[in-house]
Amino acid sequence: MGLGPFFFLATLEGLVQASVLVLTAVGLALVFGVMRVVNVAHGEFFMLGAVTAWFVSSLFPDHPAIGFIAALVVSPLFVGTVAFISDRLILRRLKYNAESTIVATIGLLYVLQQSVLMSYGPDARPVDPPFYYTIRLPWFGYSSYKLFVIAAAAVLLGLIWFALKRTRWGLIMRATQFDSETAQAFGIPVERVYSAVFAIGAALAAVAAVLIVPIQQAHYLMGTDPLLLSFTVVIIGGLGSIQGTIIAAVLIGLSDGILSVFFSPTLAKIVSTLLVALVLVFRPNGLFAKARR
Amino acid sequence: MTSSDTRKSLVLHGVVLVLLFAVQFAASDYMTLTLTRMMVLAVFAMGFNILYGYTGLLSLGHAVFFGAGVYGAGLTIYHLGWPVPLAFAAGIIGSAVVAAGIGALALRTVRDSFMILTMMLSQVGFLLVLYFNTVTGGDQGLSLPQASRVFTLAGASVDLAQPVTRYNIAFVLLLVTVALSFTLLQGPFGRVLRAIRENEARTEMLGYDVRRAKFFAFVISGTVAGMAGAAYAILFGYIGATFTGIQYSIEALLFTLLGGAGTLLGPLLGTVLMTMLIDRLSEITSAYFLWLGFILIALTLWFPKGLLGAIRQRWLPWLT
Amino acid sequence: MADVSFLKTEALKRHFGGIKAVDGVDFTLNRGEIRAIIGPNGAGKSTFVSLLSGRTEASSGRVVFEGEDITRLPAFKRVRKGIAYTFQITNIYRELSVVENVAIAVQGRFSNDASGARHPAGAIEPEARAILARVGLAEMAERKAGELAYGHQRLLEVGMGLALQPELLILDEPTQGLADSEIAGFCDLVREIAKSATVLLIEHNMDVVMALAGRITVMSQGRILAEGSPDEIRANADVQAAYLGK
Repeated sequence: MGLGPFFFLATLEGLVQASVLVLTAVGLALVFGVMRVVNVAHGEFFMLGAVTAWFVSSLFPDHPAIGFIAALVVSPLFVGTVAFISDRLILRRLKYNAESTIVATIGLLYVLQQSVLMSYGPDARPVDPPFYYTIRLPWFGYSSYKLFVIAAAAVLLGLIWFALKRTRWGLIMRATQFDSETAQAFGIPVERVYSAVFAIGAALAAVAAVLIVPIQQAHYLMGTDPLLLSFTVVIIGGLGSIQGTIIAAVLIGLSDGILSVFFSPTLAKIVSTLLVALVLVFRPNGLFAKARR
Repeated sequence: MTSSDTRKSLVLHGVVLVLLFAVQFAASDYMTLTLTRMMVLAVFAMGFNILYGYTGLLSLGHAVFFGAGVYGAGLTIYHLGWPVPLAFAAGIIGSAVVAAGIGALALRTVRDSFMILTMMLSQVGFLLVLYFNTVTGGDQGLSLPQASRVFTLAGASVDLAQPVTRYNIAFVLLLVTVALSFTLLQGPFGRVLRAIRENEARTEMLGYDVRRAKFFAFVISGTVAGMAGAAYAILFGYIGATFTGIQYSIEALLFTLLGGAGTLLGPLLGTVLMTMLIDRLSEITSAYFLWLGFILIALTLWFPKGLLGAIRQRWLPWLT
Repeated sequence: MADVSFLKTEALKRHFGGIKAVDGVDFTLNRGEIRAIIGPNGAGKSTFVSLLSGRTEASSGRVVFEGEDITRLPAFKRVRKGIAYTFQITNIYRELSVVENVAIAVQGRFSNDASGARHPAGAIEPEARAILARVGLAEMAERKAGELAYGHQRLLEVGMGLALQPELLILDEPTQGLADSEIAGFCDLVREIAKSATVLLIEHNMDVVMALAGRITVMSQGRILAEGSPDEIRANADVQAAYLGK
């Protein structure tokens, strides 16, 4: 295969990664933006989504398509519930204090990760994609499922955008993000909004994980990379800005995918980590510098 | 703090140290080994505590300084054949340099950004160790040759294969750290750090050069952590990537939180308790970090001052 | 001719995006004055004073203190030059004891003492207690600062400012939140302070302003509207108009 087609292949791979990344990152961006908390356990919600997907699809061993659809429904619901409970039991009690939240979510990270280790085990297990169909391009065959992932992510993003901008629910969320004190004065139940947002953020990560798990296997440590990448995306894309997050996710997902194909994954990680570290340095007013009243 | 308060505190610390020294005569070989490890890790936690408990800056990447000490000492022994004292110095200097570099960057940020940034820069350190695994031994690590672990100090031959020798070296390290910390933090510099922790804006408006004070605290904190790392590598003869990993950073935080951040002996107490707990737990399950997660959450929810912090608040206000 | 003014600003400006918070202020303060800055909300008083203390950086213009251009000097260095500032919203060490609050300020002064005088560590606490006595907080010395009544917290903050032995003490709305009974005592304190330091205060309480100020500067919309003695300002039609709103 010539360099051109190879690059095209790498780009497609990058787009798949970007699709999954954008959903995960938007989930994190919502939590950052509305609740002003850093959730270090976000990657574990992703991992939990993948493991749940494996579990659900293992209930339908002969019907991968049904298993997939079931997973797509059950996984976000389950993970969202876990997140909801975590918010109620822990984060709310900490009054969303910056430092305590970070430390507590680190604890949550380990609880989730190691629980999965104990129940699911240390192995990586595959999940069958709902359909096998190879699209024959002039230079190579490409999995139609991967293209489906890209399309699904785009559709979901559209739905999210619509929900945020055009529905009452979205309005409530945006109001709470902009000025939670005033929102409360207007009768918006801010704490309930926070719980819901935390759950939705986790559920989005779970959906992303369900999409990727037929391509990548489900493993108890698979949350670390998405965590780092979605942090990178959200910080570079501008906190609370969904558009910025989407653009950053596409760029970073693409470049990480391409870099990993041409160079070593470790080097790609070093570069992206350094990049976001530098961005943080030049935002000296803290992560939430974007004007909040 | 009145001078009688200082005296009470000094006596308490002295008693604890004397007890620690005396334990070795009653302890089994296994206990001696465990205590040695605990003391070195306690020094790591004490270094972390200077920044977290006393200055109020939460670094989530302190493992990088520990690791800098580990590799500074370990690599100079392994690749360059340096004698132990020189390698130890190399570990300390290496970690001081890393601390200065990271501090210069990280201290330009505040609050959440600072925490995330220190975590990420530490992660970069970890990844670099993996990337250059031909030199560092990467994940697998390197064992330091037996011969390198015998050296002469002031005319006497010191054999690090002897548990007793190791114990006493670790003890001296701890003693020096406690003494240095006590002097530093009881004095005017300690007051400045505390003022910064309590109200940075106010402290600036009282004419203090807050930036410089934070930088000093950061470098001292990182260097003490690195000193622990260098000691660890030398005493236990092994260097590996895990020492730069996020788990070590979290352990420093956990030990300090449990024992009491902002107290001198808190990290020591926390290290002893947690290390014992971890050792018990890891016999039962390989997922022992699950319980550490629960403990972290419990600490933030109900026990943010930790053991000695709570004791200080209720009964012993003079505790350093 | 040497510049012997105490404090002056030249064409000082501070813009935030489109907002001209301070829009070209030429201000002069003489040594030994008690000067009040008044003006309607949004006039730029707090921003102006922020520019003097160094907490905010000027967009353009100069700040000159005792003949030295301090425009680019960071806040903590200005404190060392002799400018002390008390926050509009009380900003003390709430978790520390009252005496410790002042001790931190005293230690700050001792360590930055350019005169070369030696200050043993044991001298800090007695000095702190003396200052507490001066502001009338001696009995509260061991209490946690955050537990004090608001008026006393205000006094504590003034005490911390005094501990710095400043040339210029800037008080930002110092009587806000004080009960009437406390205000009289506060005015006495300010007069006493003015014997050893120049005082610049932002105030909304007109009684306090009239009682204390030797001269008054009125600001409106980022500029100086008028300056003069209390009587002159009282009679000034522009000032009345600015307050009654346009």
